[in-house]
Amino acid sequence: MTNPAPLISAFRQALSEAWANGAGAFLPASFFAGAAILVPFTMGAEIEVLSRIGPDVLWLSLALASFVTLERIFQADLQDGALDLWAQEATPISLIALTKTLAHWLISGLPLDLLTPVLGLMLTVPAEKTLPAMIAYGLGGLTFFLWGGVAAALSASIARGGLLIALLALPFYFPTLIFGALALQGGLTATPGLLLIASTLFALGVAPLAMGAALRLATD
Amino acid sequence: MWSILANPHRFMGFSKPAIPALASIGVVLFAYSLWQGLFVVPTDEVQGGHIFRALFIHVPSAWLCMGLYVGLAVASFVWFIWRHELADVAARAIAPVGTAYTALCLATGSVWGKPTWGTWWLWDDPRMMSVLVLFFLFIGYMALRTAMETRQKAARAGAILAMIGLINIPIIRVSVDIWSSIHQGPSVIRAEGPAMDWIYLQPLLIGFLGQGLIIAAIIMILMRAEVFGQQADALMARRLAGK
Repeated sequence: MTNPAPLISAFRQALSEAWANGAGAFLPASFFAGAAILVPFTMGAEIEVLSRIGPDVLWLSLALASFVTLERIFQADLQDGALDLWAQEATPISLIALTKTLAHWLISGLPLDLLTPVLGLMLTVPAEKTLPAMIAYGLGGLTFFLWGGVAAALSASIARGGLLIALLALPFYFPTLIFGALALQGGLTATPGLLLIASTLFALGVAPLAMGAALRLATD
Repeated sequence: MWSILANPHRFMGFSKPAIPALASIGVVLFAYSLWQGLFVVPTDEVQGGHIFRALFIHVPSAWLCMGLYVGLAVASFVWFIWRHELADVAARAIAPVGTAYTALCLATGSVWGKPTWGTWWLWDDPRMMSVLVLFFLFIGYMALRTAMETRQKAARAGAILAMIGLINIPIIRVSVDIWSSIHQGPSVIRAEGPAMDWIYLQPLLIGFLGQGLIIAAIIMILMRAEVFGQQADALMARRLAGK
């Protein structure tokens, strides 16, 4: 039986660290809103255009906003030595990495999801369209964080790896963006919605293993 | 059985005569397919007249860039599991060749697409999207390797990335297939030519084989350069140590 103590401590550490840094959800949420708000300035303010592309603009902003905090997700643990201690635990490091990523998503991913109806209203997307879509945005955001977490773990030992993380994670965002954008049209029970759920589950299964291998490399 | 190939000395001995042999056979086959493709085979009006002769570069490059990514992932897997140094040397040599071939595939596809489909770039075509994603995977792989401090770390990080890239390719493929089945290009005439005649297929396959042999030779040259570089480093380290 896996000893849950390191998992609990990793979870609590991720939560407290996020608030101690003074940023928490504030920075990614501001970036998310800022990216979405820039769109009317470039695309024009015609209501029918905005309400048509609004849901997809939110997908794009969500993908971009996930890059804001990914750089720090494992780097701080590497610098303060927490990663070295975790690598020595009997608990698999991939489970610890999964816990960290879920905590990270709770802090800086879920608030973005809660913001989507508000931003949707600003982009003149009716709330009855964005409220059901929140589940899709939530699943998509989680998938972004999982694949982004793999990229972040791979570049944990690289100083200023932010752009590299974005480049590495980009190909893995494609399916989620496509399934996600299509799921908004057909709902979660149509094929694209089911595929979105499937790709999230796939990421939940595969990404922790890759993160674990990458973190072992970072601690060497 | 495969570990025979893992011995660098045996590789150096085997590749030295193999490179000129593969390269010369490859050049002859490639030249034959180009001569056939450019001057001998009749034009295909359905595929846009003379521009269809891009086929003899474009289609082999599409097959080869996918094959090269699989090769990269397999070499990464072998290195990750058995730590055969030569597998990493191979992965490192495959990456730039694969990137170049992916770019060649996209470029020749665009040149061919403009007169036949009426556009340089077609977002609805799942094959184009898949190759584009492949291009980013190759670029990311090389960027990650250059960013790592040591060779060993670069090899490990690159191997992890190449392997998760490979298992994601089917999902990416499904997603772009679904996407393009919903978005249909309205104004684009899709040229659906007849099934390929032997007169086209024969130079195409010969050209594919020729380019494959040339690529194998290039990769071996890059691998040899890498092995020589490592030997030079070792010599230098020994000299600096005063032995």
